[in-house]
Amino acid sequence: MTIVPLIKRDYIYKLSEQGKRVDGRKFDEYRKIEIETNVISKAEGSAKVKIGNTQVLAGIKLDVGEPYPDSPESGVLTTAAELIPLASPDFESGPPQADAIELARVVDRGVRESEVVEVEKLCIEPGEKVWIVFIDLHILDYDGNLFDAASLAALGALFTTKIPVTRLLEEKDIDSWQKKLLELYSITGVNEVIKNKIQNMKEDFPLPLKEPPISCTSVKFNKVVVLDPSLDEEEIADARLTIATDKNGDIRAMQKGLSGSFTRDEVQKVIKVSVDNGRELREQLYKSIGKENV
Amino acid sequence: MESEVKLIDDQGKRLDGRKVDELRDIKIEAGVLHRADGSCYLEWGGNKVLVAVYGPREAVPRHTQNPLKAIVNAKYNMAAFSVEERKRPGPDRRSREISKVISEALEKVILIEQFPRASIDVAIEVLDAEAGTRVAGLTAAGVALADAGIPMKDIPVGCAAGKIAGQVVMDLGKEEDNQGEADLPIAISPRTDEILLLQMDGHLTLEEFEKAFDYAVKGCHIVSEIQKKAILDKYESVLEVE
Repeated sequence: MTIVPLIKRDYIYKLSEQGKRVDGRKFDEYRKIEIETNVISKAEGSAKVKIGNTQVLAGIKLDVGEPYPDSPESGVLTTAAELIPLASPDFESGPPQADAIELARVVDRGVRESEVVEVEKLCIEPGEKVWIVFIDLHILDYDGNLFDAASLAALGALFTTKIPVTRLLEEKDIDSWQKKLLELYSITGVNEVIKNKIQNMKEDFPLPLKEPPISCTSVKFNKVVVLDPSLDEEEIADARLTIATDKNGDIRAMQKGLSGSFTRDEVQKVIKVSVDNGRELREQLYKSIGKENV
Repeated sequence: MESEVKLIDDQGKRLDGRKVDELRDIKIEAGVLHRADGSCYLEWGGNKVLVAVYGPREAVPRHTQNPLKAIVNAKYNMAAFSVEERKRPGPDRRSREISKVISEALEKVILIEQFPRASIDVAIEVLDAEAGTRVAGLTAAGVALADAGIPMKDIPVGCAAGKIAGQVVMDLGKEEDNQGEADLPIAISPRTDEILLLQMDGHLTLEEFEKAFDYAVKGCHIVSEIQKKAILDKYESVLEVE
């Protein structure tokens, strides 16, 4: 560590011994969170989330494509994250690094394993054509806790996503259908059955979704555990723990990171903090999409 | 491609109701990102562009350093969800070319001789795309550079003109770009009218080119005023305190 980070670390350590944090928060308190949905007109769904100075933009695109051979009746879900050079002096352009891949996979797991997106309802014709949901996470400004900001942005975007049926409906005969699908999605092999199925959908409809789990991240340094780390706190942290909890307060996903360790007692405390804060975040998410519940 | 929609109606109005020499709505905000040294958010019609500037800082890797001046590294990137059909993330040939011509345009106005061995990095992110993203990106980059306090001879600004339905028009919209006959994006240094960026594709007669060029320059000057206002909006109140 060079001298400035060392001074910062000592300062944060000293404050933590008095039970304080640099920005005056309590140990189990989030920074101010803002969720804004439908911010990108070209995307099928989108949300911008701010946690303090951290900003993440999530956009959803839908394609028609082929299902995986082992799940011919399910839609496909993929998540990608880009740590673009806009967000931090340390991010470089180019193929995604390990950090970006971990971020995308943690968000993906939160969405996939909890079955938020009902992929079985995204089948158009078994084994042939299904809807493919692309979640793209764009990190705009990096001030710590990308995991929670990215998860929240992905959920906000999913909950505002409309399946773009009308983009396909204008065409009448199978040839112009094929042409349009090629143009829009570069896909081939459309037959009468698939055409009829899409036409029966008639209009854009919301993505079929279930209750989402909410991710809360804590880090540990100098024997204290704090929720929603800022960048400075993240940089000096020994260990990190992300816990996703559902509406009933059950645990749906966990990810421990960094080379430090937690005691069992600390993990239990983190779980409790995550359940409590997850409840508030869920309310805020619902409010931003204009719903009481899903 | 046959044009089924009428791009200009009998009253001389375009699809979105604009006159031939009218810009789309433009909104510019300076200093929107916390981490960057300078930043700018710009909406130009349906385009949404975010630009961050980092630097001047030591250029890495070392062999890219120039002992006499700074290098300017603009990176133009489109978000996967910014276009109708999802774009594969990462740079492609198109975005590399645009990055190059924008870098070169910015190099002309920045006082690069003041920062030997340094790099000035300009990240241009297109979040929502609707024709004319390169001039929108360059225009936002000009504001972000000023916000970063990087010394420049002038704030660079861009605007496009083109030809649709046989007529020369200012600032092509989405349908116009798809079905139009020519596109002429330019960037200038508005104080001197020096040309920093100039591209064209399509088909223009010499007379049409002159007219299109006049429109583009006129557009640049209008946008330039909006740029200055955005910077003033952020810093005016700071000045008043003193």
